[in-house]
Amino acid sequence: MVKKIWNTILFVWMSGVIVGAFIWATQQKALKEYTRIIYFHVPVSWITVLAFLIAAVYSFLYLKKRLLKYDAYAEAANQLGFLFAVLATVTGSIWAKVSWGTFWNWDPRETSIFILLLIYAAYFALRSAIEEQDRRAILSSVYAILAFVTVPFFVFIVPRIYFSLHPDPVINQTGEVNMDFKQRVVFFSSLITFTAVFVWMLKTKFEIAVMRLRIKKLEREK
Amino acid sequence: MRKAWLILQKDIQQEFKTRFAVNAILLFAVVTLTAVSFSIGTYSASQEILAALLWIILFFSAMSGLSHIFVREEETHTADTLKLVALPVNVFWGKFFFNLILLILVEIIIIPLYFAVMNFVVIHTSFFILVMLLGSLGLTGGGTMVAAIISKASAKGALFTVLSFPILLPVLVSAISATNSAVGNDPVSLTGNAIQTMIAYDVVIITASVLLFDFVWNE
Amino acid sequence: MYLHCDAVTKYFDEKLIFKNVSFEASTGNSIAIIGPNGSGKTTLLRILCNLMQPTEGIVKYKHNGNVLLKQQAYRYFSLIGPYLELYEQLTARENLTFFAKMQDIPNYPNLLTRLMQRMNLSGREDDPVKTYSSGMKQRLKYVFALLSEPKILFVDEPRANLDEEGIDTVYSILTEQRKKGILIIATNDSEDLKFADYKVTVHA
Repeated sequence: MVKKIWNTILFVWMSGVIVGAFIWATQQKALKEYTRIIYFHVPVSWITVLAFLIAAVYSFLYLKKRLLKYDAYAEAANQLGFLFAVLATVTGSIWAKVSWGTFWNWDPRETSIFILLLIYAAYFALRSAIEEQDRRAILSSVYAILAFVTVPFFVFIVPRIYFSLHPDPVINQTGEVNMDFKQRVVFFSSLITFTAVFVWMLKTKFEIAVMRLRIKKLEREK
Repeated sequence: MRKAWLILQKDIQQEFKTRFAVNAILLFAVVTLTAVSFSIGTYSASQEILAALLWIILFFSAMSGLSHIFVREEETHTADTLKLVALPVNVFWGKFFFNLILLILVEIIIIPLYFAVMNFVVIHTSFFILVMLLGSLGLTGGGTMVAAIISKASAKGALFTVLSFPILLPVLVSAISATNSAVGNDPVSLTGNAIQTMIAYDVVIITASVLLFDFVWNE
Repeated sequence: MYLHCDAVTKYFDEKLIFKNVSFEASTGNSIAIIGPNGSGKTTLLRILCNLMQPTEGIVKYKHNGNVLLKQQAYRYFSLIGPYLELYEQLTARENLTFFAKMQDIPNYPNLLTRLMQRMNLSGREDDPVKTYSSGMKQRLKYVFALLSEPKILFVDEPRANLDEEGIDTVYSILTEQRKKGILIIATNDSEDLKFADYKVTVHA
């Protein structure tokens, strides 16, 4: 019941954000209609990073406690992370087409997200190459952590080596939020909604993973 | 550390008898160099492109040879024997230094060749050597760890490059931009950032590898 | 020296290999692990040697009353098994010297000569292991295992690949080990069973 209420709230809230983003929020003068992508692209990118972080935490927990549950959680987070990374790449690419003229030009931000996609792909490739589940869990956890410690180098250092055309992230260098009131309201609601949707998806995936492990255990005891 | 040295000695001894890894990595490097040289042919490539090409050659050579050290132990069923007599940390350092020596050996042979064939000119020699050293440390650190992981999976060869690339890319990118300064394209002072990145990367990747190796080796 | 195997259970994914294997052994004991082919004898030995993690249960070692950590325990035992190989390209002497140094064995050259003699391998010290026959490799594995004068000796199929005379030598080694330490063998051979004080049967 509680779950149902939450889902309804989420549905209404998300619809509100979509309507708000397209109709209510004011336009940025210089960037015109396609500024509206910020209400979707930025939250999706943020979730990509969040999922990656969660996967690393669960990988670490797995190595510590050796419970297959945690490995399944890490895998679920990585799967969702991959999905959101694809969404971020596609939305970013569409925006790049209309404002920079090409879908892809190896801008540092594009490079960073591409690396994340590569890491996710490598993670799944590794998992599919190992049959035995304990071994798969250990090795992919180690890889996830190894990838996690190298990612900051992309996010923070590589973009500075090259000149980037990407608009400043939400908070610019002077530390101000460069948006008016309506934009701010829509943007932060969107950020919260997307995070809530992600949490809901993740929880569902976790429940499925736990169920799967339980079925396996039942089969084992039979 | 003395035990790591013993393992390194053993691996070198073994390598001397077969020369498998040395041959693989060296031939690969030479073949790639030839391919690059042929495809550029009479066009003159800018020093900037040459700096990038050099690191691409080194990266793929590393990918062809660095996994051998662990794959060999798994395939000959000697990994378990080694586990019975050695602590994981010593195994890691032994293998790490073996790979480092291997990579530096390749660099010693390939880089002069590259200078000769590709008309590549380095202005700041000592800076260049520093970049090479830091780059090799990073490539070896990440490469050795990934090699340990893939030695326990199937489809080892393909997997090694796929898994290593995203992990090694930061050091590769920084090494390329630092090499650019060494050939005089950018002032050296501008790439302090790249050098810092490489040092930080080397420290982080090697520390992480040492801490995580136990899990992989004794899975 | 004391070894305690407490309720060890092993699954490979969903497949149960064995369940709740428990036994204890201290110096002077010998145990035979028996069971039909594919019952997990080798798996159990590997778990006892810390080469594999059990799904449930623990393996504990004690020496002079102190519980040994994993990082210490490996110094006290040796394992001989068909899946445990030596370095093929290296000579017997290079192999054994490496392992002796790794285990800090003092005065290993003498010990090495003596053991090679005992296993009837004298004169072949400087040949690469790959030139050995399978029986000679098995003998060499005994040299490797005895080099560290183990407190616990694990042997998987003691007679594998050996001829009459080799078996005699191995039996005398097993008899000695049984007196001065712990002996654990995995076998199905009734001949071998006379070295066991008691038997542990593994099955799913």
